[in-house]
Amino acid sequence: MAKRFGVFLVIVWLAATLNFFLPRLSGMDPVRQKLLAQAQLGGYVQTGIEAMVKEYEQRFGLNKPLWRQYLNYLSDVSRLNFNYSIANYPRTVNEIIAEAIPWTVGLLGTTTLLSFSIGTFLGALLAWPRAPRWMRYLMPPLWALHAIPFFLCGLILMYLLAFQIKLLPMFGGYSAGAFPGLTVEFVGDVLKHAILPALSIVLVALGGWALAMRGMMVTTQGEDYVTFAEAKGLKSLTIFLRYCVRNAILPQTTALALALGQILSGAVLVEVIFGYPGVGTLLFLAIRENDHFLIQGIVFTVIVALGLATLILDAIYPLLDPRITYRRS
Amino acid sequence: MADEISPPTAVPEAGRLRQGRLADTGRYMRRNPSLAVGIVLLLILVLFVGIGHLAVDTSKARALSAPAMRAPSLQYPFGTDRQGRDLLAVMVAGTPLTLQIGFIAGLLGVGIGSILGFVSAYYRGKVDTIIRGIADIGLTVPGLLVLIIIAVSIKEGLTVNQMALIVASLAWLNPTRTIRAQVLSLRERAYVEVARLSGMSGPEIIFKELMPNLLPYLGATLVNAVSNAILASIGLEVLGLGPIDSPTLGMTLYWVNYNAALLNGWWWWWTAPIVIILIVFLGLFFLTVGLDEIANPKLRRAV
Repeated sequence: MAKRFGVFLVIVWLAATLNFFLPRLSGMDPVRQKLLAQAQLGGYVQTGIEAMVKEYEQRFGLNKPLWRQYLNYLSDVSRLNFNYSIANYPRTVNEIIAEAIPWTVGLLGTTTLLSFSIGTFLGALLAWPRAPRWMRYLMPPLWALHAIPFFLCGLILMYLLAFQIKLLPMFGGYSAGAFPGLTVEFVGDVLKHAILPALSIVLVALGGWALAMRGMMVTTQGEDYVTFAEAKGLKSLTIFLRYCVRNAILPQTTALALALGQILSGAVLVEVIFGYPGVGTLLFLAIRENDHFLIQGIVFTVIVALGLATLILDAIYPLLDPRITYRRS
Repeated sequence: MADEISPPTAVPEAGRLRQGRLADTGRYMRRNPSLAVGIVLLLILVLFVGIGHLAVDTSKARALSAPAMRAPSLQYPFGTDRQGRDLLAVMVAGTPLTLQIGFIAGLLGVGIGSILGFVSAYYRGKVDTIIRGIADIGLTVPGLLVLIIIAVSIKEGLTVNQMALIVASLAWLNPTRTIRAQVLSLRERAYVEVARLSGMSGPEIIFKELMPNLLPYLGATLVNAVSNAILASIGLEVLGLGPIDSPTLGMTLYWVNYNAALLNGWWWWWTAPIVIILIVFLGLFFLTVGLDEIANPKLRRAV
């Protein structure tokens, strides 16, 4: 477990380092340029921007050696201080990200759980000889869907369900003018808006889990202990659940930890397409406005959050598979 | 899909046995329908681009070369967009650009990945620990975000080839990992041992003994890498980090999103790029599945 934690720390350090060095590799300093351009534009944030330019120069300026700047940056990041947002000056990057995170965590958490559990269940049934015959016809569509990017599925669903038959809202996380709060109305509104983005992720991700599970089930069903269980005359449902599924599900959970990053990359685009008020849309807006501090803050936060999620999954894994412990024998 | 494939039952009539390789290929395709579907889909795409380049004036893919916002008609079969691009010309000019990004990035990725994978798995030891460590850590980080940071840093005037290089910078991680795993199992085979005992050097064994045996697998990995690279490039482009002046498929979707074409009911603007992207991904996916089946006959359906 200490090793896993070490890997997590390396990921965090890597994310910070990339954030620091990559913008500098291009030779120019995009942050400084953007700040100066903003300062020349003038406007009501003028004084604030000038203060930022000064502060920025003082903190990262060329008067200090590179390693010094780097250490400063690392210490800032370790205190989760990402500076102010350039485009929304008086607000800090942290504030803005904190607002968007619940949306993304909610959307991603639900869709990952749903697609993983439904997909695994379907995959198990697909490989079970006693499953109803019609289930076989599910395979080709699941396969085909699985090859499509999330956001493409989202665009098509949006056109069919929101634009053509106006069944669901097209855009955003809640209706314009709705009053955010813990009322039944608002929660219902939020859920309604979440259906389409969630559906476009679940429909696509489902196939991957189903296919992988089916593959594992086929292998497991050929094992000697399954033949032995059959010879003992155990009920076929018992064999299916306690012998086949129980063993086939283990690689699925490992795959889940590995897939989180990919799911997130895909979900960013789904959010953008639907204008869902999560981290993905925020990132899109930040890129549009060249808000480098915000972009760096988002990228860093997301990478760290994902690293944490992977760490937690790793910690849970021994509970599922008694053969694995992190203690040395 | 599973029940369409009946086991190769009776031997075909004697007359058909000697019809040369073409018939052989045809018969193999019937046993491996994924491969056939993948090839057919990609052929459709190649034909579209090829015939399109002969029949359509691709300079119309530039803005202001046609009246804006026309629904499909005889003159503009795919319609035109808000900036006055002829969408048929955009598709004909843009599809190869998107594929170009995918192929350059995919080839670089699999090239670097196979070198690292072979070296790592064949020599083991410290080299292996380092390469495996980097690949494992790199894979847990969401690739799109790292690519975003890179693209943002050099945003000004990106070209299609630079785009490919950006995508390639992470495209080697997955191939390295999967190829390493394959070589690990392969290196324990008896014929590798024989080659080692007969005095072949490491690189010689890698190129003459291991590589040929992994060729179909490398093919499947390449197709997969190309597909992933295209996905990543379209992702960057939709976010507005692509080559702004090039009419690639992803940039077209960026403009679709930018102008809220869906909300406004300009269905023809996004139908064409979506259909083409669907064909690209489905074609590459079925091709990978087909190649996988060649590479790993054990996969031949047990059910």
